[in-house]
Amino acid sequence: MTAPVLSRRPAPAASATAPRRSLKDRGTRLLAALFLAPTLVGVLVFTVVPIVGSVVLSFFHWDVIGTPRFAGTDNYTQVFTDDTVLVSFTNTLIFMVFAVALQLLLALALALTLTNRMPSWLRSTFRSAFFFPLILSAASISVVMKYLFNQDFGVVNWLLGHVGIAPVPWLTSEHSAMAAVILVYVWQQFGFSFLLFVGGLNTIPKEIHEASSLDGASGLRKHLSITLPLLSPTLLVASVVGIINALQVFEQPYVLTDGGPGDATRTVVMVIYQSAFEQLRFGEASAIGVLLFVLIMAVTALQFRLSRRFVHYQ
Amino acid sequence: MNRMKYVLVSWTRVAGLTAVALLTLGPVIWTVSTSFRAPAESFDLPPRIIPGHATTEAYHQVFAQIDVWLLALNSTLVTALIAVGQMITAGLAGYSFARLEFRFKKPLFGLVLATMMVPVQVTIVPVFLLLKPMGLTDTLLGLIVPAWPTAFGTFLMRQYFLGMPKDLGEAALIDGAGPWRIFRSVYAPLATPGLAIIGVLAFNYHWNEFFRPLILETSPQNFTLPLGLVSLQGNLGTGSISVVLAGVVLSMIPAMAVFVIGQRPLREGITSAGVNR
Repeated sequence: MTAPVLSRRPAPAASATAPRRSLKDRGTRLLAALFLAPTLVGVLVFTVVPIVGSVVLSFFHWDVIGTPRFAGTDNYTQVFTDDTVLVSFTNTLIFMVFAVALQLLLALALALTLTNRMPSWLRSTFRSAFFFPLILSAASISVVMKYLFNQDFGVVNWLLGHVGIAPVPWLTSEHSAMAAVILVYVWQQFGFSFLLFVGGLNTIPKEIHEASSLDGASGLRKHLSITLPLLSPTLLVASVVGIINALQVFEQPYVLTDGGPGDATRTVVMVIYQSAFEQLRFGEASAIGVLLFVLIMAVTALQFRLSRRFVHYQ
Repeated sequence: MNRMKYVLVSWTRVAGLTAVALLTLGPVIWTVSTSFRAPAESFDLPPRIIPGHATTEAYHQVFAQIDVWLLALNSTLVTALIAVGQMITAGLAGYSFARLEFRFKKPLFGLVLATMMVPVQVTIVPVFLLLKPMGLTDTLLGLIVPAWPTAFGTFLMRQYFLGMPKDLGEAALIDGAGPWRIFRSVYAPLATPGLAIIGVLAFNYHWNEFFRPLILETSPQNFTLPLGLVSLQGNLGTGSISVVLAGVVLSMIPAMAVFVIGQRPLREGITSAGVNR
């Protein structure tokens, strides 16, 4: 390890430029240290230390006011026997599967429909419309949606009434509350994946499609054997980001249903919030946080493993 | 025949896209139009797009019930200071990782990237406990400072600086410029569009942020707009959703302004996340 470092150092007075060079190197290192300090200190203080803190705290009982008591694995056994917590993990996973699948399918279908042959003003109008909900706050849009999904005077049921569907108790029935939360979430989020796909499609060279048309490939065939494989890196990013975001869902169920009815829409992050800041059980909240983190890492790692077989780079 | 099929397919495409666009914008249009209805008429069905008797009564009530100006000032301060802070930290760190040579560059960059995976919910309890003895809970500063380091922003700016020609810096070096001069006079001015992306993304995200303010801010005078809005919901009991919706519209205005001005940087920020590899 020491040898290469020594050899890299310029021999003293080896050439006329040697002193200036070393000055430049020292200057560069100093500048790098100064430039990196805010980010590195911030990352250390506000992310790395808190993660370690979460893990440590998850082995203690603590209500902030008293002194922390060592709890061993109590918090974890508590988590694994608490029905609410277990249900929240199930809910979050169900939410993730449906929200991500819907979001990706819708976004992909729209991105493929929006072809280059359309006039550009029309393209940009559609693009802006799909992208618009992303700029709104999830909390305030959920407030709006709470009224639209109201069983008695909501616009959604009023519209469904026109096609002969009886009023659905969207937010008040255990069977449909999660569906409403998923719909609201997908409504706001699909524009993100849509933009990723439009960007990805633009990087696919036109010649490839033209060549396959000459060979007589049909539209569907072209999408399946050319577009999708070439788009697979973007699909990977969209699904990784989609899954990480979906596992952290909070605003929509918090505002729309407050986790109810019963525990039907209670998600992991809602339980973290409630056990820490409503019940002051910081140790247990940390344990749930650590488990959520492990879940996110595991799902992401699994995806990257699977992707090795399906993702093609040009 | 083929020509007719082509026209038919194009029209089906446009019709499908229009339907989805209407579904996407519908709730927003409904929100704006209902906010201009008299509170007593706010539940009327069918929902008329143009209210029969347009009135700004609901808006007057919002201003009477919550201190909109204070909430807007809080939101503006928090969002603007986070956006500027992120542009500075991400610009500096991104440049270092892209163009400067120093020891442990790769592991340090790896560390920063890895924190992108850590959800704010997992670290919020320790961050809260860290801010508490510093007296920063229930202050705006407690919201601002922890949001300054940005892993995504650092990654984006690194990509941005990597995309600039190396020759520029080398030419300046030959002319006798030091590392600071090269950054300040050559590369930093070229980075403006990249920094705009960071700024717009930060503005959009933090203007709408709900989770951290919900936990950190307990006094109503420290609330940001999303928090204040959710508290307006008590109005449902009195039967006037138009008041709640007027509040929602008020909070959307700056977001819409950024959408109009910053649409391109926003889009580029999102798109580049999926295309850069």
